[in-house]
Amino acid sequence: MELSVFRFARRTWASDELEHIAPLPLPKMATPAVVVSTLVVIALLLFVSVGPLLWRQDPSQQWLSQISAGPSAPHSVRLILNSGPWQPPAGEPPQTLMVHEANTEFVRLQWPKLDGVKRYRVYRASAHKAGLGLAIAETDKPYYQDQLQLSYQIYRYTIADADTGLLLLARDVRPDAAMSLFEAQLQGLVPVGKVNGRQQWLTLPGHPLGTDALGRDILARLMAGGRTSLFVGVVAPLLYITFGCIFGAIAGLAGGWVDQLAMRFVDFVVALPFLLFMILFRVAFGIGPGENGITPLIVAMLMLSWPGSARLIRGQVLALRSQPFVEAAKLAGVGTSRTILRHMLPNVLPMILVAFSFAIPQAIFTEAFLSFIGMGVSPPTTSWGALCNDGIKTLLSHPRQLLLPALFISVSVLAFNLLGDALRDATDRRAGVAKA
Amino acid sequence: MLKFIAKRLLSGAITIWFIATATFFAMHAVPGDPLTQEKAMSPAVRSQLEARYGLDKPLIEQYQLFLNNMLHGDFGISFTQENRKVNDIIREHFPISAILGITAVLIALVGGVSAGTVAAYYRNRWPDRMVMVAVIAAISVPGFVIAGLAQLTIVAMNNAAGKTLLPVAGWGGVNHIWVPALVLGLGTMAYLSRIMRASMLEVLSADFNMAAKAKGVHGWRLFWHHQLRNAVLPVVTELGPTIAGVTTGGFVVELIFAIPGLGRYFVQAVQQLDYTVIMGTTVFYGAFLVLVVVVVDISYGLIDPRIRLHSGGGGR
Repeated sequence: MELSVFRFARRTWASDELEHIAPLPLPKMATPAVVVSTLVVIALLLFVSVGPLLWRQDPSQQWLSQISAGPSAPHSVRLILNSGPWQPPAGEPPQTLMVHEANTEFVRLQWPKLDGVKRYRVYRASAHKAGLGLAIAETDKPYYQDQLQLSYQIYRYTIADADTGLLLLARDVRPDAAMSLFEAQLQGLVPVGKVNGRQQWLTLPGHPLGTDALGRDILARLMAGGRTSLFVGVVAPLLYITFGCIFGAIAGLAGGWVDQLAMRFVDFVVALPFLLFMILFRVAFGIGPGENGITPLIVAMLMLSWPGSARLIRGQVLALRSQPFVEAAKLAGVGTSRTILRHMLPNVLPMILVAFSFAIPQAIFTEAFLSFIGMGVSPPTTSWGALCNDGIKTLLSHPRQLLLPALFISVSVLAFNLLGDALRDATDRRAGVAKA
Repeated sequence: MLKFIAKRLLSGAITIWFIATATFFAMHAVPGDPLTQEKAMSPAVRSQLEARYGLDKPLIEQYQLFLNNMLHGDFGISFTQENRKVNDIIREHFPISAILGITAVLIALVGGVSAGTVAAYYRNRWPDRMVMVAVIAAISVPGFVIAGLAQLTIVAMNNAAGKTLLPVAGWGGVNHIWVPALVLGLGTMAYLSRIMRASMLEVLSADFNMAAKAKGVHGWRLFWHHQLRNAVLPVVTELGPTIAGVTTGGFVVELIFAIPGLGRYFVQAVQQLDYTVIMGTTVFYGAFLVLVVVVVDISYGLIDPRIRLHSGGGGR
């Protein structure tokens, strides 16, 4: 007797007919969407777990010489030993605007002394943009050394008369990629106190996806950020769905006034505006110095997100309690805990799984939203949302810095959503088959 | 019906009380206190300020005061902006958020209902596929990314035209509304079109639709009276949560498009830990959202009498 009950209970998926004991045909789950999204999820997990082992750059290391550099930025740079104040060599002044030396540490310009001009004004613009650009200096001498945030691109320098505003000379300049000795020593590329020769070439580790506005490697940051995002995205739902299930199961199993009271409480928690209270709880928990802010985030999510699964499970438990096979198990003398574990749990498990797979993208979104408004993880810990927050500041000049983390968020959310859809369809179909 | 309305209003009021209480105690659990600043404060100044904000009283008394003030619609004075009442802040900035939000909801509603209907009419053909792909894309891309992309597009468009066709950010003219509202409504639109598609499919295969067709009803009348009216009901129920989503989505959109709405103000207050503003706006937003849900519930009860009969579900 007991044996047949077990067989039955394990094979029924929310069925209400007793006589259906024949094994259920497994639904066709391997649709193209499922295969692709599963592969994408695996790829993402590998990217954040194995990726950092293969790509060993420190995500918080700053390359001062490579601010917002593109993927094609040169790998070998010149080592600049001396970039102090500069004076042009004595001799014949040049006929036109002359470039003595141009690299990304400094650009040294000299031009002929022009009659009637007391002060010169130097403008600098990116060559592909119209206009004079930034007025970077005013000087009464016919030479200038520009050291103002140079990057690896073509600049157009214009010399004007500072008093009349008359434009005098202009020239396009392409600085070589370079790095100062100080930075090279800071990065450990050059041993301190061991420099010989006037010039030296350094080979840098490349940045396949470029660097961000602080000169950090975007690929390494995407890996580090992904670890946070996926961690929060998986652990938070795991915790709150578990809690919600236990809460709902207790309410459903106890019944009576306990159930009533518990469900009233659930109603109130559900009524709290979610993101508003996420922000509020994040503020309330606070982040101490040196903390990464992941724990408060997860706790806040746990406190606000559990009611959905509690309602789901309570409803299921109430429905299952009056199912013939549960009553049969009771009649057969199966204990309460055994009934729950072996007869009820297998029946609600698919539903929990579906809820879980839909909760993951939501949690990733929530984390991204909070990190984006600066209420998520705190630096130097980063996440895809925090990377988007960094990226939106340089959106107009370097859209890549926003689009790359955004792409990762979108792809992972999409993959988990498709997976959830497929899981739901599969369990639905099973239930449908069982009912038919 | 009256009993139904009274019940919904009562549960709404209790929910607002719960929100206010949760807000109050959450804010008082914050480590440190609101008067801690970088500059050291003399004890005299400190006690003055504590008295001014009522921080010298015991917690229970502060709670009573807070609830009492809230019942009178008084949210106190801002901590970071001296002498600025939270009420004034809400009064000044909420209308902007409301205009943006209403436009966004309207765009989402019209767009979602039409896209869902088209998808259902052309089920499994290319219009349906296109709509569903767009829906999945809009659901998977975070709002702040869409906002950023929209700004990039505007900049590229303005550059190509050589003049300002649409402003990139800011607030003031009618032209400032459209793009942020569209961005804000996009996620909701996708969600609504999904619901609309499902419910329209159901209506299209329903018996009453067949009956109407068999009677010779066709064209606009069939669509408007028999199909749309029935299919749109699930969309109406989703309006409450939708407005909540648009409200919180507004935080980011207002931040990116530099719109001086209450959402941006709330985010700034949170970043600056302006306690009274956080409490005031949270309770205000919470009460607003609860009221919206109650109003939607009641209107739904008016539209569809079946809802009233089994309305034990409580709030959302």
